[in-house]
Amino acid sequence: MNAILAVANKEFHDGMRNRWILSICIIFAILAIGLAYFGAAAAGKVGFTSLSSTIVSLASLAVFIIPLIALMLAYDGVVGEDENGTLLLLMTYPLSRWQLLLGKMIGHGAVMAFSTVVGFGSSAIMIGLFSDSTSWGELLAPYAVFILSAVLLGWIFIAIAYVISTAASEKSKAAGIALVTWFVFVLVFDLGLLGMLVSTQGNVNETLFPYLLLLNPTDIFRLVNITYFAEQNLTGLLAIAQQAQFSITTLFAGLLVWLALPLALALTLFNRRGL
Amino acid sequence: MSDTTTIVELQKAEKQYQNVTAVHQLDLTLRQGEVLGLFGHNGAGKTTTIKLILGLVSATSGQVQVFGEDPTQSEARNLRRKVGFLQENVSFYDQLTGLEVLQYFARLKNVPKNSCLGLLQQVGLYDAAKRRVKTYSKGMRQRLGLAQALLGEPKLLLLDEPTVGLDPIATQDFYSRIDQLKQQGCTVILCSHVLPGVEKYIDRALIMGQGKLLAEGSIHDLRQQAHLPATFHLQGNTLKLPEHLASKAITDPQGARLDVELRDKMNTLQELANLPGLENMDIHLPSLEDLYTHFIDSHNNQEAAQ
Repeated sequence: MNAILAVANKEFHDGMRNRWILSICIIFAILAIGLAYFGAAAAGKVGFTSLSSTIVSLASLAVFIIPLIALMLAYDGVVGEDENGTLLLLMTYPLSRWQLLLGKMIGHGAVMAFSTVVGFGSSAIMIGLFSDSTSWGELLAPYAVFILSAVLLGWIFIAIAYVISTAASEKSKAAGIALVTWFVFVLVFDLGLLGMLVSTQGNVNETLFPYLLLLNPTDIFRLVNITYFAEQNLTGLLAIAQQAQFSITTLFAGLLVWLALPLALALTLFNRRGL
Repeated sequence: MSDTTTIVELQKAEKQYQNVTAVHQLDLTLRQGEVLGLFGHNGAGKTTTIKLILGLVSATSGQVQVFGEDPTQSEARNLRRKVGFLQENVSFYDQLTGLEVLQYFARLKNVPKNSCLGLLQQVGLYDAAKRRVKTYSKGMRQRLGLAQALLGEPKLLLLDEPTVGLDPIATQDFYSRIDQLKQQGCTVILCSHVLPGVEKYIDRALIMGQGKLLAEGSIHDLRQQAHLPATFHLQGNTLKLPEHLASKAITDPQGARLDVELRDKMNTLQELANLPGLENMDIHLPSLEDLYTHFIDSHNNQEAAQ
């Protein structure tokens, strides 16, 4: 246990030292406060808009940026230590591979969670302080759901980054694969589904099709935040999910499965990796 | 513990990577307090042997036992507290200071943090403890690696190319440190290309080539096995050698060079000492380097003959 915490502690301190935590906090805070204040600029208004539209637009931006940050943070977790020679050294210590990986997960996970809570939380505080139309009470639950799902999304992509990191033989390759992975999850997958809809002229199995969205954690994340504000008019791909009516609990369970699977896969690959 | 405790035992250990045999049927027994030199050129199987002993790779066939247990088993993980390792080309976390690196490894090994500064002082890094590793020279990194290997007073120390990048004085310090550890009952495996001056500090040498054991034993044993001559360098303008020696000598205007068998060394020495006209005499015994070259060459010749 001590060894796991030692690794986690080092990763978290590395995050502070190389300004990762600070940068992520600032990015998230600017994003969240900016969207809250200027979100209605397109409609010719400036000032705090409705909470639901703030969070929904925040979610649709966060879905791009959180996976990217998480992948960048953790893609070199294993392959980087290997290239450094420190992986070989660590394995001669009383530390098993799963302990090293779990320690890194906790450390990187804490970096992500801390930055998300502080970054996005700061916009909640801004809205609470300066918005006339939104009270503290109204603010709490939506932001809690949003931040919790954002943290989970970050953790999922950290776990996916470890899969890449344990499978890749070189750091530069891992970086390339991470970029492609991001592209696939964030853009290609949805485009593929849309393409399917268009080419079949909407003639798809209506009960089955929404479940395809569960195959992509970024879509689950968006569903969580949209489902919470059910009064929003859904456009685009996510509209099809309305037919399925996933509950928030189901969606969170889906995110947890998405966290467990890549972590297990990363561990399996790590155990097979030669030194 | 008595002096005869076996620390490391390899029985016909063999390691294959795909189609390459990195270590071929290696037998090795190492007792407590022994210092073993493991020599061979690149790809000779030194590093694989070390990895087998550390339990980083498992043997394809044969047995490896360290402290009486199979080092690849997870139950043996606690034994790793008693093992120190310094790898070749060590490179640490550049953004941390030397002290922070050592404290991280100390925590992983469950060694009290406050022993770290003392260790840094022992390897001569006390003044650089608060500086980032990024600013360290190669020799300083090597010394930090050594401090790391010495964490928790290990009973078995495996050092891969430990003196690479060290200046002569630091190398000397390093060897006297090894001597101290040996006195405390620590078993040491020094793995290296041949190093000048290492003979004095090792009890036994093991010379490897292409995964095979070429020769093993103390320097004395190896000299016997190799049948290499002792070389006398004689100086003197008016030097006149006795007839039976003159036939073997290569003479030049300043003196002569004479190769004699090791067992004739003392007789020849007495004979030469009283020789008129002898101004100076150097005796060169086959060094580890000569022995190494000899065993590698004879192995290569055998290969070529087949």
